[in-house]
Amino acid sequence: MNYWNEKMETMPLNEIKALQLKLLRKLVSEMYISSKFYHGKMKEAGVKPDDIQTMKDVSKLPMMKKTDLRDNYPDKLFIRPQSEILRYHVSSGTTGKPTIVGYTRNDIENWSESLARAFVSSGLSNKDVMQISNGYGLFTGGLGKHYGAEKIGATVLPTGTGNTARQIELMRDLPVTAIACTPSYMFHIADECERMGVSIRNDTKLRVGILGAEPWSESMRKKLQERTGILAQNCYGTSELSGPMFTECTEQKGIHVWGDLCLMEILDKNGDPCADGERGEMVITMLQKEAFPLIRYRIGDISSLEWEKCECGRTHPRLQRLSGRTDDMLIIRGINVFPSQIEDVIGEMDFLTPFYHITVSSVNYMDNMLVEVEITDDALTDDMIKMEKMKREFDRRLKDVLNIKAEIKLALPGSMPRVEGKAKHVTDTRSYE
Amino acid sequence: MSSEYLIKQLSVFINNEPGRLAQIAAALKECNVNMKAFNIAESSGFGVFRAIVDDPDKACAELSKKGIVVKETNVIAIPMVNRPGGLLDVAKIIGDAKINVEYGYAYMNNDEASFFFRVDDAPAVIERLLAAGIKVLKEKDI
Repeated sequence: MNYWNEKMETMPLNEIKALQLKLLRKLVSEMYISSKFYHGKMKEAGVKPDDIQTMKDVSKLPMMKKTDLRDNYPDKLFIRPQSEILRYHVSSGTTGKPTIVGYTRNDIENWSESLARAFVSSGLSNKDVMQISNGYGLFTGGLGKHYGAEKIGATVLPTGTGNTARQIELMRDLPVTAIACTPSYMFHIADECERMGVSIRNDTKLRVGILGAEPWSESMRKKLQERTGILAQNCYGTSELSGPMFTECTEQKGIHVWGDLCLMEILDKNGDPCADGERGEMVITMLQKEAFPLIRYRIGDISSLEWEKCECGRTHPRLQRLSGRTDDMLIIRGINVFPSQIEDVIGEMDFLTPFYHITVSSVNYMDNMLVEVEITDDALTDDMIKMEKMKREFDRRLKDVLNIKAEIKLALPGSMPRVEGKAKHVTDTRSYE
Repeated sequence: MSSEYLIKQLSVFINNEPGRLAQIAAALKECNVNMKAFNIAESSGFGVFRAIVDDPDKACAELSKKGIVVKETNVIAIPMVNRPGGLLDVAKIIGDAKINVEYGYAYMNNDEASFFFRVDDAPAVIERLLAAGIKVLKEKDI
């Protein structure tokens, strides 16, 4: 099987662009009528649906930001009633409030369709068994890939996260050929396999990894492929888009972004379109989303697009490796973390001062986040039981809010650096090269 | 009054970095404060240097002036005899009185020795020790 949807995947570029314009105009008209939020934005920008006549006119449309999602918590940006919504997913927001996304039946269908095309382009079919080691539940990774894999008729092994030894046993005992997880978890699996005396090459049938939810590099891919013998495929998506949506094909020359589902702009610092292959801010319009449409959403990632037809025959543009963020969002073990969330939790603890520092590092390819925060002079005590209790209280609350475990260090009063102006709260020592 | 039996201990909080101990020792030398006993322990992320000194208030003020984080903590001191079984005598008393020791350390000088320890509710513990006829040291006895 070469393609899942050959007609769409190999559609000539001019036809893709014409389809995008048609879908965009329909979307904008619907948003103008149905979305109080976007109607207001369009009025403010002085733009009407009829102003969108060519693809160039997209620049007239107002942008949406992560803060718009926060300000419209929980579901004020949805334009379909609850009765049409099949599912919610939840991801972390910039502050205390998470980001909630919703899906109609068509939304789930398009999400699965997008991944079905992606999986087939990665060489998978109904002859494969896919172990899904992404989180199930509120996180989009598990269920999204589950539906995509079932759509192509692959057999799903829904392991979810955790219990690595058991995951490896199942991978060895069942004919698992593909795994979906974060790249760092794949490294962890490789380490554990070595420890357990399991050779991925000889003792398993694993040959493809669908790896995403966190930034990684070409050199990490090379190492992983050499070490395990699998085809390590890069995957992109976020909950706002639906979830994981797009992957590379077996050529591994960038992630195919299906133009009928997603209009991706790459903009320079002035907001002007970048040339093909030039890096800039990614701005995303989801052309067919129904429950929670996105128009010109500033997702915060930086990368470039290649429009040249791929050697695999697919005509849709290819997203290159991400090379940074426009905001201070961190991705720790696949989970989005905003320093502001940590700051909020610190503010809740009356025994902590606002002086803190976050150090992110990679230990054996696994992300580690160290949060150092100064304790107040009043709370400081030589009673270690009380100190441990305070540390645990902070630790627990932080884990509840972030959904990941951080390493915590209480620092002495006055010991954290004081800086004038905006403090640099994060040191990220991870290397993606 | 049990409060006269409370012994002021310096609790100096230090980051786990080479040279920090020397910094404290230098500060104590400078203000001419002598130590009777001390102990160093590690806490979550930083160390605690605990010391019984001859002038805790002065030491505390001097260390604070140098930007060193220091607190005064109340501990209890019980005399011990410096011979095999000396600790056992004291430990039995503490154990029989159902007292839970948070931390403790000792001081020795020829035949004499003292056991310094911290408990959760020091005044109540002192009352119990005194009621049981146990000798508890005052600051001037040390």
